[in-house]
Amino acid sequence: MAELLSYGFMQNALIAAVLVSLAAGVIGTLVVLKRMVFISGGVAHTAYGGVGLAFYLGVNPVLGAVTFSLLASFLMGYIQRQTRQRQDTLIGVMWAIGMAIGIIFADMTPGYKADLMSYLFGSILAVTKTDLWLMLGVDILVIALVAVFYKELQATAFDETFARVRNLPVDLLYLILIALIGLAVVMLMRVVGLIMIIALLTVPAAIGTLFLKNMRHIMWLATGLSLVFTIGGLVISYFFNLTSGATIILFSGVVYLIALVVHRFCQRCPK
Amino acid sequence: MLDHIHKNNYLVEINQLNAGYNHDIVLSDINLTINPNDFIGLIGPNGGGKTTLLKVVLGLLAPQSGTIRVMGQSPQEGRRHIGYVPQFTVFDHDFPITVEEVVKMGRLSGKRLFQSFTKEDHDIVQEKLAWVDLLEHKDRALRELSGGQRQRVYIARALATEPELLLLDEPTISVDYDSRTKIYDLLHMINQRGVTILLVSHDLNVISIYVKSVACLNRDLHYHGEKEITKEMLQATYRCPVELIAHGLPHRVLAEHKEGR
Repeated sequence: MAELLSYGFMQNALIAAVLVSLAAGVIGTLVVLKRMVFISGGVAHTAYGGVGLAFYLGVNPVLGAVTFSLLASFLMGYIQRQTRQRQDTLIGVMWAIGMAIGIIFADMTPGYKADLMSYLFGSILAVTKTDLWLMLGVDILVIALVAVFYKELQATAFDETFARVRNLPVDLLYLILIALIGLAVVMLMRVVGLIMIIALLTVPAAIGTLFLKNMRHIMWLATGLSLVFTIGGLVISYFFNLTSGATIILFSGVVYLIALVVHRFCQRCPK
Repeated sequence: MLDHIHKNNYLVEINQLNAGYNHDIVLSDINLTINPNDFIGLIGPNGGGKTTLLKVVLGLLAPQSGTIRVMGQSPQEGRRHIGYVPQFTVFDHDFPITVEEVVKMGRLSGKRLFQSFTKEDHDIVQEKLAWVDLLEHKDRALRELSGGQRQRVYIARALATEPELLLLDEPTISVDYDSRTKIYDLLHMINQRGVTILLVSHDLNVISIYVKSVACLNRDLHYHGEKEITKEMLQATYRCPVELIAHGLPHRVLAEHKEGR
């Protein structure tokens, strides 16, 4: 274990786990409570189009991912707000088209493309110093905005109509939230890959909602759980020589199932 | 509160209003004025436009034609004086939140975005929790409460906005008989304390006991500012012949409970 910690990439991975868990816990709670899981999945997959395009143009893939992710966030948010019907169809179509764009650009890019896979399945061990600084920046933005607008975000998540009648800036808050989801998605992509982002965004918060009655507490618990899942999954994957992203997700999935069973038979838990 | 400014004015004034969705006209030529201290029961069949009328009053749906003023202002401006209790079905009952947190939402407003809750907010929240008899449950999770208790939480939240007008959309749907009585008694008490009430319900019998005046809505509105429901009003509203149960019933049944509550 001590030997494990002596590697630079392992230290980076652990710092990344902490940084990613903060965003996953805070944003994930809002995603779960606002029922935006499907949109988040759509944003994650559309972002792959940006990764492919960035590879093709020879620029930093994170830049492409952020651009596509934010564009997808706003577009999907707009669809969600404006269109009365078939929102899930439109989001599902964008989801697939984003992936397709990424793959086509990857095809058109000559040379070695193994790194593209790391965006699909994640590679927390390949996180660089630059990545860490970016993650820290996203964390600060996420925590600052959620702290400032906590009451209002809670009110809109619980009952948007009432919030609107109180003249809260419901649409602006939604825009802020969906942009934060877009940024969190790019961050999580480095760790678990875009295919499995939904799990890390939702499982910790979903466990929290099973047992706690306060959104702030759920955010803290989700952050803690997310940290346990990423570091636990990382350690397991190291000793059994498995893919880290998938191990993290499978670990969290198992804990979620256990939590569901415990909640089912727990007398004092809120039902 | 702005009573002093609007003392002689109507809380809500609607003139020749048409409203609906796309080509679907749900409200046609509505005229309605709400006087201070009134307790209006708005009845009508499902799909008759009751919820749509509330949306127009709350500035959530723009009328297609006609005018509406709330506290002498546009609905978007004036709605800050309205305490709104939405229909029960719109809520996610699993949402992890405590009773007190829900009621505190009544203290939020677009003008106080970057401010924390004050001592005054706290006191108002405690007072309204006491009004609805839920002070001892304030730290409980909303999802642990019964349907009737939850409805009272939403009423407390609306009251925490310190409204001139309380707007309730079917507040007694899906609650049991005892809770229903408790809610109506509560509304009566609130009205006594000077809050005007507009109550939407499909429950003609109950509404007639508690309210001060009745309006019937089915695309068009029949309202005379009085408590008597006439056979003609009901027939026009429900579009079918209505038999009132006893002779001379409107006066008898509706006047009978006038004092008791």
